[in-house]
Amino acid sequence: MQNAIETLWRRGTAHIDGPLMIAVSLLLAVGMVTLYSASNQSLDRMEGKLFNIGVALAVMWVVANTPMAQVLRFALPAYLLALALLVAVALVGDVRNGARRWLDLGVISIQPSELMRIALPLALAWYFDRYESTLKLSNFAIAAALFVLPVGLIAEQPDLGTALLIASSGCYVLFLAGLPWKVIFVLGAAGVASLPLLWSVMHDYQRTRVLTLLDPTQDPLGAGYHTIQSTIAVGSGGWFGKGWLEGTQTHLDFLPERTTDFIFAVYSEEFGLLGNAILLLLFLLVVARGLVITVNAPTVFTRLVAGSVTMTFATYAFVNMGMVSGILPVVGVPLPLISYGGTALVSAFFGFGLLMSISTNRKLIKS
Amino acid sequence: MPQLVELKNLEGERSEFRRRAAIAGLFVLALFAVLLGRFVFLQVMKHEHYHTQAEANRISLVPIVPNRGLILDRHGTVLAHNFTAYTLEINPSLVRDLDATIESLSQLIEIAPKDRRRFKRLLDESRKLGAIPIRTRLSDDEIARFAANRYRFPGVEINARLFRRYPNGTLASHVVGYIGRINPKDVESLEARGLMANYRGSEHIGKTGLEQKYESELHGITGLEQVEVDSGGRAVRTLARTPPVSGNNLQLHLDLRLQQAAEEAFGGRRGALVAIDPATGGVLAFVSMPGFDPNLFIDGIDTATWNELNNDPDRPMVNRALTGQYPPGSTYKPFMALAALQLGKRTPQYGIHDVGFFTLPGNSHQYRDWKVGGHGFVDMHKSIVISCDTYYYQLAFDLGIDTISNFMRQFGFGARTGLDLEGEAIGINPSQEWKQRRFRQKWYVGDTISIGIGQGYNVTTLLQLANATAIIANRGQVFAPHLVNTIQDATSRTLRQVLAQPLRRLDFKPEHWQTVHQAMIDVNTPGGTGHRAFADAKYLVGGKTGTSQVIAIKQGQRYDASKIDERHRDHALYVAYAPADNPRIALAVLVENAGGGGAHAAPLARTVMDFYLLGQPVKPIDGPANRGNGSASGGGSGAERD
Repeated sequence: MQNAIETLWRRGTAHIDGPLMIAVSLLLAVGMVTLYSASNQSLDRMEGKLFNIGVALAVMWVVANTPMAQVLRFALPAYLLALALLVAVALVGDVRNGARRWLDLGVISIQPSELMRIALPLALAWYFDRYESTLKLSNFAIAAALFVLPVGLIAEQPDLGTALLIASSGCYVLFLAGLPWKVIFVLGAAGVASLPLLWSVMHDYQRTRVLTLLDPTQDPLGAGYHTIQSTIAVGSGGWFGKGWLEGTQTHLDFLPERTTDFIFAVYSEEFGLLGNAILLLLFLLVVARGLVITVNAPTVFTRLVAGSVTMTFATYAFVNMGMVSGILPVVGVPLPLISYGGTALVSAFFGFGLLMSISTNRKLIKS
Repeated sequence: MPQLVELKNLEGERSEFRRRAAIAGLFVLALFAVLLGRFVFLQVMKHEHYHTQAEANRISLVPIVPNRGLILDRHGTVLAHNFTAYTLEINPSLVRDLDATIESLSQLIEIAPKDRRRFKRLLDESRKLGAIPIRTRLSDDEIARFAANRYRFPGVEINARLFRRYPNGTLASHVVGYIGRINPKDVESLEARGLMANYRGSEHIGKTGLEQKYESELHGITGLEQVEVDSGGRAVRTLARTPPVSGNNLQLHLDLRLQQAAEEAFGGRRGALVAIDPATGGVLAFVSMPGFDPNLFIDGIDTATWNELNNDPDRPMVNRALTGQYPPGSTYKPFMALAALQLGKRTPQYGIHDVGFFTLPGNSHQYRDWKVGGHGFVDMHKSIVISCDTYYYQLAFDLGIDTISNFMRQFGFGARTGLDLEGEAIGINPSQEWKQRRFRQKWYVGDTISIGIGQGYNVTTLLQLANATAIIANRGQVFAPHLVNTIQDATSRTLRQVLAQPLRRLDFKPEHWQTVHQAMIDVNTPGGTGHRAFADAKYLVGGKTGTSQVIAIKQGQRYDASKIDERHRDHALYVAYAPADNPRIALAVLVENAGGGGAHAAPLARTVMDFYLLGQPVKPIDGPANRGNGSASGGGSGAERD
């Protein structure tokens, strides 16, 4: 009997990466604690989050137990499907809150950009894996085309935040795949040079957000309100914070969206600089473990996937905390593992599943 | 699946990938270092700043408006008090779309177009961030309905507010005055005096009457409450509280029942009456008819009512007792007589032979007596009792204008009495210097003659006349008359007496006072001009009739009331004090365009004195029925103005 349980446990956890799981669990715990405060001690929210975690863990387990060879085969079809859906959104999507992001499938509505977040790095990794031995500059050009197309479609919705984040995940793949330094510098310079052009094609609300970042007090009750209040929350936290459940910005309703995109302000107000340092450390643990898995990955495909997943995770964390603390414009990016929200949690765990699959399959091969 | 086979690949490519992964790791470290730097900046270096902002967010200082002091008459009857009512208020800084909010509020609670207009006006002139009332005096039903829907309306709240009320309406309205909304001019004045802090939260300020004059006593000291508020501006809990200090109560000398008796005695006619206690200078009644309802002004009067009040030919907003300036007419004669005695120009026994007119030496122009053919032999006593004009033409000529002017100044003519109300008129106590200043003209001897009978350039307020009469009554004691007797401290309940300032004493010879007193008493005995009105009075009254001329009558014409437009008819005047041996009340009364003083003003004096001295109920006055009374003084009827 005990043997049976042991066997079951071993089978169940065979593809779970221990260190990664521990770091992720700590972040989830921080998230639960913060959510309890942010939601004004709403048990409904806690239950909701626990349910989301359950679903996300199941997804992670399934992905972790899927050999990367399988994933490789699905990479291109998944990308094409996501691209087709994005085109469909552009043509017949639902407009919500002024942006055409949703596709009504009758039963459920989906945001194809979420699917693209996963599909794009996989497709790029697949591409570089395929042309591994004959890599030329033209391959990079084609790869770039692979991600410019969906990023363009998403930016058009408009959802600049998601577009830029997906673009960054593609960039990480290009970088890790060995994009020559000369090209990187040229592109970087060109990017900076094209900023005015980007400005000219931005929507008014996007410009407002950028301007608001530069001076939030210009519009204290409008676009600047979020930034002002979250910055006050963070700053008033001080060294050690106001204490759990004691944040005045949080509990007197001054913080908007405090269970979702702005949950970091709640955490920061109540746990202070010390808490922030610990949180940064936990995120770094995940990133560090991800990079270790990345360097040890057996194939080009797995390396690039692992690297992109890890770097994208780090980018999301950075962008969210930067936005809440007032150094980045307000874009709708949740804080991975901490913010309330099912979709983001599931896609994060999908990525962890990939990392675990990569890390444990390598071990299996070695043994 | 060749791709999945562990790669033998070149070490070079492998190490290049490791290097790139390391660079990526460093990149992440750099990003997180930026974040950490930002956190240190916000949470350590700028912590004080953000801590303050969070506290400012959280803590709201809510002023607590103090109870305004009450105004009570001498018996404690309330003239002005406060009541609590619930108002629906909107804080515009917390509401994104005001119109939409008001629209959906009106689904719950009736909001009339009038309320909306007032809200818009208050919004335009609001001087601070804060709640502005959209509806006042909510019913319990309305409060319940809003409470159930409160969550839908951030920035909208129900507050209990104090309202001022004048329970007696028009009665004594010119004394009490009213409070009104604080306007930019008030703010300017408050700021200039450094009082603005105490008016945080106050919405009203005294505008006229006692409400204005005693604003600093009535207002009280604003309290302060530190409350924790949420982002909707709603109070979550109280952190600290400094209670307000209520304003002080005013207790007046004024007797509201006497005031009412006096106002009713006017019977709808225009005019003014001031009654003073000669022993203290306290004002017992202060009437200006018609009055107005001060309750209309508290929260802003609507345009229609305002126009109605403003365009009313009876001019109810004018305080006739305080600012109305009238020729004193024959009521001036006792003062002239005193001047003659005191300055040695006449003895009581000295008499003239009155042929019905006076002429200046070397001039044929006739200054006529009111009685055709004259009164025959007239000494000082008779001159007052029958109100002989010729006697005073001669006297004025003999005294000269500057002597008269200097003497009259002692009785307060031509200067403010110092009553505790704002806006007192000065009147005119003419002199050579005055005419030069006013008209850049020389004084002519002819100007002096009609001064003797209280006409000409001479004008006084009813307040001055009453005050001067009180000085005769108390034989020379001059007070600055006062409405307020005591100020009651709202917390300690201790009383502070507001003493009428004894300004000076006129040291005239007792026999001079006596001469004039006796003559004034005999005005109200058979043969005197006030006899009819005071027949059978149960107390001894000193008085003097007067008729104040509104238009000049041409040489050779006689005054005929029936041929003159009503508003050009003479004003009826009467001054009196009683009981004559120990005066407790001195008064002056004027009824506009009523005619002779003995017939039309003296009966009012009788009513008021009866009420005050005997406690008699008010009898309706049959004014017009008394017309044509032969004993009325026609003092000014033949006199001329230049």
